[in-house]
Amino acid sequence: MSERNVLELDRVTKTYGSQPPVHALRGVSFTVRSGELVSIVGPSGSGKSTLLHILGTLDRPSEGTVRIDGEDVAALTDRRLAALRARSIGFVFQQFFLSEHTTVLENVADGLLYGGAGRTERRERAAEALVRVGLGDRADFRPGKLSGGQRQRVAIARAVVGRPAIVLADEPTGNLDSRTGAAIIELLHELNAGGATIIMITHDGGLAAQTPRRLQVLDGRIVADSAARSMEGV
Amino acid sequence: MRLSDQLRVAGVGIRARRLRAALSALGIAIGTAAIVAVLGLSASSQAGLLAQIDQLGTNLLTAGTGKSVTGGTAPLPIAAPQRISHLPGVEQVAHAGAIDGANVYRSPLIPPINTNSLKVEAASLNLPEVVGTGVAQGRWLNAATERRPVTVLGALAAQRLGIDRVYPGQRIWLKNQWFYVAGILEPATLSTDIDTSALIGYPAAEHYLSYAAVDKGEAVAGPPTTVYVRARTDEVNSVQGVLAQTANPESPSDVDVSQPSDALTARAAAEGAFNSLFLGLGVVALIVGAVGVANIMIISVLERRSEIGLRRALGATRGQIRTQFLSEAVMLALLGGVAGVAAGALTTAVYADTKGWAVVIPAQAWAGGIGAAIVIGAIAGLLPALRAARLAPTEALRTL
Repeated sequence: MSERNVLELDRVTKTYGSQPPVHALRGVSFTVRSGELVSIVGPSGSGKSTLLHILGTLDRPSEGTVRIDGEDVAALTDRRLAALRARSIGFVFQQFFLSEHTTVLENVADGLLYGGAGRTERRERAAEALVRVGLGDRADFRPGKLSGGQRQRVAIARAVVGRPAIVLADEPTGNLDSRTGAAIIELLHELNAGGATIIMITHDGGLAAQTPRRLQVLDGRIVADSAARSMEGV
Repeated sequence: MRLSDQLRVAGVGIRARRLRAALSALGIAIGTAAIVAVLGLSASSQAGLLAQIDQLGTNLLTAGTGKSVTGGTAPLPIAAPQRISHLPGVEQVAHAGAIDGANVYRSPLIPPINTNSLKVEAASLNLPEVVGTGVAQGRWLNAATERRPVTVLGALAAQRLGIDRVYPGQRIWLKNQWFYVAGILEPATLSTDIDTSALIGYPAAEHYLSYAAVDKGEAVAGPPTTVYVRARTDEVNSVQGVLAQTANPESPSDVDVSQPSDALTARAAAEGAFNSLFLGLGVVALIVGAVGVANIMIISVLERRSEIGLRRALGATRGQIRTQFLSEAVMLALLGGVAGVAAGALTTAVYADTKGWAVVIPAQAWAGGIGAAIVIGAIAGLLPALRAARLAPTEALRTL
């Protein structure tokens, strides 16, 4: 199970505009196996965000192939792509993106909204996910009543509630103080230990150092991969 | 994604911004309320009028003196009422004769030119009963008073003469002699001629005003100028068909036959037509409301870019985003429509109640109002929903 490739990138490039073209990614290749905890680290402007969008299938590469959970993203229609996101990818954003107008439980249950599960099942699974992130007793709160760290835990619960093949975390500690941030990283480690595949994007080398595998991005290329065996083909 | 989920998501979007939602729904509500109230009020007033017509009966026919081909008036024969009463299907016959040149004044001191447009009519004793009116004050003529200088005033005639109650010894100056006022009639809705008349008995008309014609070599009171006929309801048409010949067999074309309730029914229809102006105003309000909803939805799409991005990341398709915003717009308009229908219905109910009409809110008013609101919401929400769906997820997630 742990040897399955959940993410494969092969010579992926992304170019924006034409006059002059901006090369955000210049041939990125790597694979992530199920159960890994990977950090993608690089300074701002290095192509991290573009890479995140392509990994999350929110954007398509200009060239190269992206396979998520064995499916070639290029071949999929917008509708199939949305279904893939609903099923296989969980997102954690720096800004949490929680709705203040519903409860914590509903926010987490929204992670399953587009996956086809019924409301009762969504709420049950959301309650379980909240227990996993340590907020089982906050289900009926509004997100506004929670601290920043708790809000990010809610967002993480929403990302993992569907047990996706990949969890993409974009600067998950960016809006948190260092102590709370450390707790969030710890939670990501716990979830990873529980079987979740997690890719964290950060500009913070210190955070990246805590993950088993690090990919260093600079000027649209991967310049270092701490897992030597994945270096083949770069 | 299930319909219930779509509706719930749209509902959360509306509940999140209550004041804004209420204000943008208000425009739709005002338009719908105007339309429902206008249609409801006109239907209720028509129902009131028709109820009145029903109560008065649609089986009253009149045959009156018409114009002959040469342009002169063609009097009815003295025997016309009696002949008509022999027709099958005729239940009651009354008649009245307008007396030319007879005017009525409060006193001899009034200048003769101030006639108040009132006239003097000789009336058969069953006239009020047949035309469906009653005595407001005093009493109607009887076999004794119809021979004496006694008059009963129509409702308008009494009003114009300034007589609002009847007391013994009260007189009016009628063609240069005093007539005693015995009573005042209620308004006769089916034959308004009677309202502006001072009514006296035929024998009195003959005796005091020389209103007489020759029949079979004898002078008799008359002739009648209008014959009022109550026919059996199912035979109204057949009676109407032969009424002219029966009244005046020698020249049937000189007889004016009419069914007074027709005029009232036409009036009911005409009142409905008058409302198109107000309906137009309601439609304008609806259009303004639609613009308001469209405006709010466009702002909403701009404001909620990150929500759109998040939903796309969670796996929403373009279609689902489109449906979400479209259903929000429809729901907003629907809320406005329902509130408007309720307000319009309430207005109608209160107004109809004060007028004593039955409350009638036509199905096309409330169903049409709600239907129009839904259509308007869909139209107003279409462009914003398309914009929301077109928004690229990466664009939507870009932090501002």
